[in-house]
Parts: sequence; structure tokens; C-alpha cells
Amino acid sequence: MYDVNAIRRDFPILSREVNGKPLVYLDNGASAQKPQVVIDAITKGYAEEYANVHRGLHYLSNLATEKYEGVRGIIARFLGVKDEEEIVYTTGTTMGINLVAYGWAMPNLEPGDEIVLSVMEHHANIVPWHFLRERQGAVIKWVDVDSTGWLDPQKVIDAIGPRTKLVAVTHCSNVLGSIVDVRAICDGARAKGVPVLVDGSQAAVHMPVNVAEIGCDFYAVTGHKLYGPSASGAIWISRKRMDEMRPFMGGGDMIREVTRDSVTYNDPPMKFEAGTPGIVQQIGLGVALEYMMGLGMTNIAAHEASLRDYARARLDGLNWVQVQGTTRDKAAIFSFTLDGAGHAHDISTILDKRGVAVRAGQHCAGPLMDHLGLNATCRASFGLYNTTEEVDVLVDALELAHELLG
Amino acid sequence: MAQAAFEEVVEDFEFLEDWEDRYRMVIEMGKAMEPLPDALKVPATKVEGCASQVWLHMTPEGGAFHFQGDSDALIVKGLIALLHRLYDGLPLAEVGGVDARAELGRLGLHDHLSAQRSNGLRAMIERIRAEAAAAA
Repeated sequence: MYDVNAIRRDFPILSREVNGKPLVYLDNGASAQKPQVVIDAITKGYAEEYANVHRGLHYLSNLATEKYEGVRGIIARFLGVKDEEEIVYTTGTTMGINLVAYGWAMPNLEPGDEIVLSVMEHHANIVPWHFLRERQGAVIKWVDVDSTGWLDPQKVIDAIGPRTKLVAVTHCSNVLGSIVDVRAICDGARAKGVPVLVDGSQAAVHMPVNVAEIGCDFYAVTGHKLYGPSASGAIWISRKRMDEMRPFMGGGDMIREVTRDSVTYNDPPMKFEAGTPGIVQQIGLGVALEYMMGLGMTNIAAHEASLRDYARARLDGLNWVQVQGTTRDKAAIFSFTLDGAGHAHDISTILDKRGVAVRAGQHCAGPLMDHLGLNATCRASFGLYNTTEEVDVLVDALELAHELLG
Repeated sequence: MAQAAFEEVVEDFEFLEDWEDRYRMVIEMGKAMEPLPDALKVPATKVEGCASQVWLHMTPEGGAFHFQGDSDALIVKGLIALLHRLYDGLPLAEVGGVDARAELGRLGLHDHLSAQRSNGLRAMIERIRAEAAAAA
């Protein structure tokens, strides 16, 4: 039994008011709120168990290291990874993808080599590839989505040519909510010998993920969307690709020995983790993932599917709302515009007065916005603690916005 | 006391009890404002630092400050209309002395609108002051 009201009590911020109204937090796509267990873990981490990791032989350093390293196994379990040494800690998906761009792609791509992207990628899965285009002549090949926001996996596979070195796709659009059949893409890409990077920023929040079943080479997640601390995260990198990578950032922890004339590197994953990391953040991420797995990813997915269906029905009932992204199989993420009614910022400003937090703008997805022919949308993105009553508050607030702006 | 055009708005707002009516009034003022011709929506008139698009076209004349403005967001356009009543026609030398945020605060919008960084109010006021100082 998924008791959403009990779950809501785990998240202290959800009981606060905004502008005199109960908070209705529908900006989970940007960042999720934190349960008390995560907040407690952060406090305890600093209050009782803090020291730098991997360095000291003293009690606290050992304790912090043990807690911090213990998270690798939790992330591995969360992503269906057998070997936890294939989990590299990051500050989030942006860092994870940059690690692959600098560490794997940069030394492996020649001028004219191609990277295949979908048009609905987040800037974090676009700009690192633009770097390669600008700096070493890589070519970005774009695959469009159809009018419902569906990405045909065959179109991605067909875009793979003899010069293609990498496919980089999202598992779930942060704007449209569309779920991508990454397994089909990986099957096709593997047949052509091309690795696949999957941006799991959104998908891992909303449904069970098993990278072994997907068959990709890289899978990046971000902790702050997974109900964990900001600047926590991880990327799973298959052993094969890890062996092909050179380190990205240099510094402490990632080396075995440094002399005036030479440097030898630590073994992966530490080879890719330079400097003092977000120790407490990562410990908090472990607690957040245990919290999610405790609720059950299948249960979370089922709860959010019912929210999605309810929200879809309510929004479909408003003939002056245009929802972008209408695939049947999508996460509970709704981007929309209102007929004739000003700018997405106008709408979000009015919703905010009703306590409803949504995002307005381009959602870090410029190419998708161009494809949709829109300057900006409002986005309501749901999480594991949202309710159908909150959908009703959203709809009431939209009716007010429509009336004021119409 | 601000300019008469702005004091009229202050009087109108005194009768409005809730935020919805105040917002409605701001939005109506924006809609009623003469739109800026597309030919004047150019990089030189664009105000950066706003979440939505904002243009301010300054036309000082005879020692007095004049401007037209526009935005693709209705609430922001309404804020421009309020700034217009506050500044348009003022002697150039007096523009810098106007405390626009405090004046807008008299409308009961300060709880939210005038404090919100992303609507670009701060950037618009800075642009108006800089242009008036440059023209003086």
C-alpha cells in the first residue's frame, strides 16, 4: 500500500506555506525535495562522522571513508550494476557526461567523426558534444521526435553511420516526459559497434532502471533529483569503456604516485575522482536511494503513472491549454502553454501566488524548443510525494491565470 | 509625491483589496500600452538580465526623459507601463532621484513583484537611470 500522505510527512518542506498557501511543489524535474532521513544523514555526517576520505588512518577518516564508499554498492544496486567498481562518483549528470566527453570521446574521436543526439536532449547532453565539435571537428547528427514527442528508436539507429562514434540520448525527456526505448537503441547500436550514453537524470527518478537490461555503455544520474543532496551523483561506465578512458580531472586521490617527472594513476573508479569529493552529499545520496528502494521503484512508478493519467485528463479538459508531449508512455512531466495568454513567466508568476511551484522557460533544451516552435513553456513535473489534490490546485490556478491573462 | 500620472495609479490601487485585482490591473495597463514597433526591438534596446524579453527605447527630448517599452510577458509589460508613469516626462536631472522600488511598493506589489529578481525590474530601472544620466 503506497500511503502518499505518510510519505509526505517524511518531507518537512512539504508542510510549509508559500505566499500564504500550502506549497504545491511541481518543480521536481528541476530538483526534488529531501526526506528527513537525508537531512538527518547530512547533519549526522557533519556533526559526528566528518573527516576527509581515503587519507587519514585515524578513526574519523576511516569512518567517513567507510560510509562514503558504502554508497557505491547502493548506487550499483539501484542501477542493476553487478560490479560496484564501475560506479564513478560525480556531482551530477552534467559532470558525468563531461567526464565521458573529456575522458572517453576526446581521445577517441577524429575530425569528421559523428555523435548522434536526439533533439530533446538537455543542454548537459549537448554542450559537452559542442565542445568536441568546436575543438576537434566532431559532427553532431540530430534525430527529431515526432509531433507527439516520441523518439523512434529506429530513426536513431538509422542515423548511425560509418563515422559515428557515440550515441548520446536521454532516457526520459525533461521537457516532454517522453520515455525513450533506450534498450532498442542499444540493441541497434551494439550491432553496429557503437557505444551508447544514456542520460538518466529524469528516468531514474521515476522508474526502475537496470543498465544490464538496457545494454548501454554509460548511464548518468544526478543525486539532487533523486531526493538526495545537491552536487551528489554518479555515472555507471562499463568496464570495457572505462579501460578506454583517460582521466579527466587531475589531482589528489586519483593518483598512485607522483614524482617530478611522472605520474601513475589509481585504479578505476578512483582514477576518475580527483580531489576531495562531496563526502556528506554522497552519503546523503546513499540514504536517498535506500529511501526510494524502500518505497519500491515499481510502487513509485505506479503512483506517478496514476498522477500522470489524472493530470492528463484534467489538463485535456481545458481546451485553452496546449500540452507538449502526448506520448502514452511518459513520465508525469507536463509542459504547456496557454491560448493567447502571455508568457510562460506570467503563468508561473500567477501560479506561484497560489503556492504552486512550476518552472517556466526553455528548460535547458534550446534545440527542442526550436523544434516545437516555442519560446518557452511552463512545466509541471511530479514526484513520488505529489497527490491528485495537488493536480486540482494546479488546474484551479491555471484557470485563474487564464482569466487574468486572457 | 511622484508624477501625477503615477499618483493616479496609486489612488486606483488603494481600492483594490486582493492581489488578484492588483495583478489584473497591472496586466490591463500592460495590454493598454502602445506596443513597440518591431523595428525598434533590436539588440540596442534589449534589456539583458530579464527572464522574459524586454526592450526599452529611450527618446529624451528638450531636457525631458521619454521612453517606450515592451515585453513578451504581460506582467512585465505592465511593470513597464508603471515605470512609464513614474518616469516619462521627468526632467532628465530628476530621473536618478526617483526611488522606483519604493514607489512601486506603494501599490502593494512589493510582497512579490517588485522583489522578484527574475522579472528584470532591477535591470530596467538601471537602464533607465543610465540612459537618463548619459543624455543629461
